[in-house]
Amino acid sequence: MRYKILTAAFAAAVSSPFAAPASAADLEVAHWWTSGGEAAAVAELAKAFDATGNKWVDAAIAGAGNTARPIMVSRITGGDPMAAFQFNTGRQAEELIEAGLLRDLTDVATKENWAQVIRPASLLEGCTVDGKIYCVVVNIHSWQWLWLSNKAFADAGVPVPTNWDEFVAAAPALEAAGKIPLAIGGQPWQTTGAFNVLIPAIAGKDVFLKVYKDHDAEAAAGPEIAKVFKAADDARRMSAKSNVQDWNQATNLVITGQAGGQIMGDWAQGEFQVAGQVAGKDYTCLPGLGVNELISTGGDSFYFPKLDDPEKTAAQDVLASTMLSPTTQVAFNLKKGSVPVRGDVDLAAANDCMKKGLEILASGNIIPDTNQLNTEDTNNQLNDLFVEFFKTPTLTPEEAQKRFAAIIAAAD
Amino acid sequence: MSRPKQLFRNLNAKIASIPMILTAVVIFVGGTAWTVVHSFTNSRLLPRLNFIGLAQYERLWTTPRWLISIENLLIYGSLSLIFSLLVGFILAALLDQKIRFEDTFRTIFLYPFALSFVVTGLVWQWLLNPDFGVQSVVRSMGWESFTFNPLYDKDLVIYGILFAGLWQGTGLVMCLMLAGLRGIDEDVWKAARVDGIPMWKTYLFIVIPMMRPVFVTTLVIIASGVVRVYDLVVAQTSGGPALASEVPAKYVYDYMFAAQNLGQGFAASTMMLLTVAIIIVPWAYLEFGRRR
Repeated sequence: MRYKILTAAFAAAVSSPFAAPASAADLEVAHWWTSGGEAAAVAELAKAFDATGNKWVDAAIAGAGNTARPIMVSRITGGDPMAAFQFNTGRQAEELIEAGLLRDLTDVATKENWAQVIRPASLLEGCTVDGKIYCVVVNIHSWQWLWLSNKAFADAGVPVPTNWDEFVAAAPALEAAGKIPLAIGGQPWQTTGAFNVLIPAIAGKDVFLKVYKDHDAEAAAGPEIAKVFKAADDARRMSAKSNVQDWNQATNLVITGQAGGQIMGDWAQGEFQVAGQVAGKDYTCLPGLGVNELISTGGDSFYFPKLDDPEKTAAQDVLASTMLSPTTQVAFNLKKGSVPVRGDVDLAAANDCMKKGLEILASGNIIPDTNQLNTEDTNNQLNDLFVEFFKTPTLTPEEAQKRFAAIIAAAD
Repeated sequence: MSRPKQLFRNLNAKIASIPMILTAVVIFVGGTAWTVVHSFTNSRLLPRLNFIGLAQYERLWTTPRWLISIENLLIYGSLSLIFSLLVGFILAALLDQKIRFEDTFRTIFLYPFALSFVVTGLVWQWLLNPDFGVQSVVRSMGWESFTFNPLYDKDLVIYGILFAGLWQGTGLVMCLMLAGLRGIDEDVWKAARVDGIPMWKTYLFIVIPMMRPVFVTTLVIIASGVVRVYDLVVAQTSGGPALASEVPAKYVYDYMFAAQNLGQGFAASTMMLLTVAIIIVPWAYLEFGRRR
């Protein structure tokens, strides 16, 4: 499957030069959106860009960011850049910008007044280096969601929980009914993500910021984080039987009622939508695990490498403004399950879960995403720690916390 | 006076080999030196010459994942050396008994070697998958409680990978051994038979010592393959469950590219180079040093 998509992507990239219209340009856009909901969302961007007379050449790289990013970076540093590429909003492109490989978009940004329309303002800060803007933020994704299958709880004969503690308490009943209480895929970033969601929910926003923003090793070794590790220990027991790899396979366990719930970002919403499920009726979403209602403002951004061809450079500007136009923002984000970055768009079509997210966003109870705070190096070390923790019942929470504190102490 | 003559002797051949010499010096030696130098820096996504001493190595040797990788490499390496030599030699000795259909058997045994490690890994991932591999076949035949699930067991997973590696590589070892056996003079066998020495003793005390060069070459081929094992693990388990089947080459890749920390990846690859050097240098000394 993976190879099929790759081959298709390559085929698309290779065949594109021959289909070029005379005046407009073909832009190759690289991203890692390949699941059902994601592919539907990216098709909206492509449609909007094609409508401007240019051509979107899709270069999807399957296998999530950790697989796709090295491929994109090696193409850019190797002197064969694509016209645009997706990274997570945050520090991932830091060095590419410093090395002068990416285009400065400040002109487009001032012309279209991004500073006014993009909210929260912290999103644009992530794109800004030395006062210049280098990326287009296309959406806001938050990690802090617990997705619950109403069917699984009905089968187990317990009410659908309203917070994390009730969920932990309901786990034995779910297990007795032959369900996996908590679905977590085997990919390392999923376990790290789940832990990072537990931090603000259990220990609060301030501890989260102390650990990840100030990289305060003492806080990381402190009693608040010890509580988080205890909760992670519960999560470990509840997820012991989930033996799927990809996040959407884990989501599918929740959709089909084989698992009670999943801690996953709001992109999981797209999967429920593709499966025709209705929020509140078929599934329930608890932002901040129902304990501490806040969301993080991560997401995806598009960056534009410097190109020699002036026609393509002009088309890059068109693409940048297309991605931020109100209509594209609504169409794209509804499919993607994320929140638009513009505050001035009409979201009447949003479902219950998305409305909850919008309310929290408006209330200002937000935290930065770990991608905005940590380097990829730190994130990878955390991945190594948590994937081992979640799969090794003999690794005690205390020992894991010691390692966690060491990683935070070394982070920059 | 004779020196310049030496230099210009066979000039055409020397000119013709310049591209290869350049490739070897610039790409292999130069690239290696560049990597080693940058392993002492704090390079992240892009290489930078900002030296930080041995910090990358200190971090490397306190990282649990690297230690697991080294342990796995030792298990995988020593067992695959022992078993591929043993099985390869026994198969070769059996084929050497002037049996019928020797060509057919040789082809069958060598065939897995024609497959890449990626294909090998995927095939064995499926065979060892509990839901549609060996376990489900045995269960469908009526033995319901049969459990055979090495790839999802942290303690067994490295042996599951070892098995796939042996299946792929033993055929080549067998062919090398067979070539070595064919190189033994028929008269040696005749003499042993006249003296009434049993066959196993002839193999053990006469033939094997005579095959020493073949053994050494085979050993180096297997060992260098072991150090760089990567694709097999990626295809079969991608390092899981948890970190139980991680190997050093995968650590290098993950930290160089996914973690955007070139310095750490270079430090790890320098350690791998050191391992290979430890294997190759004594061998080169034994093989080429003696002749002078």
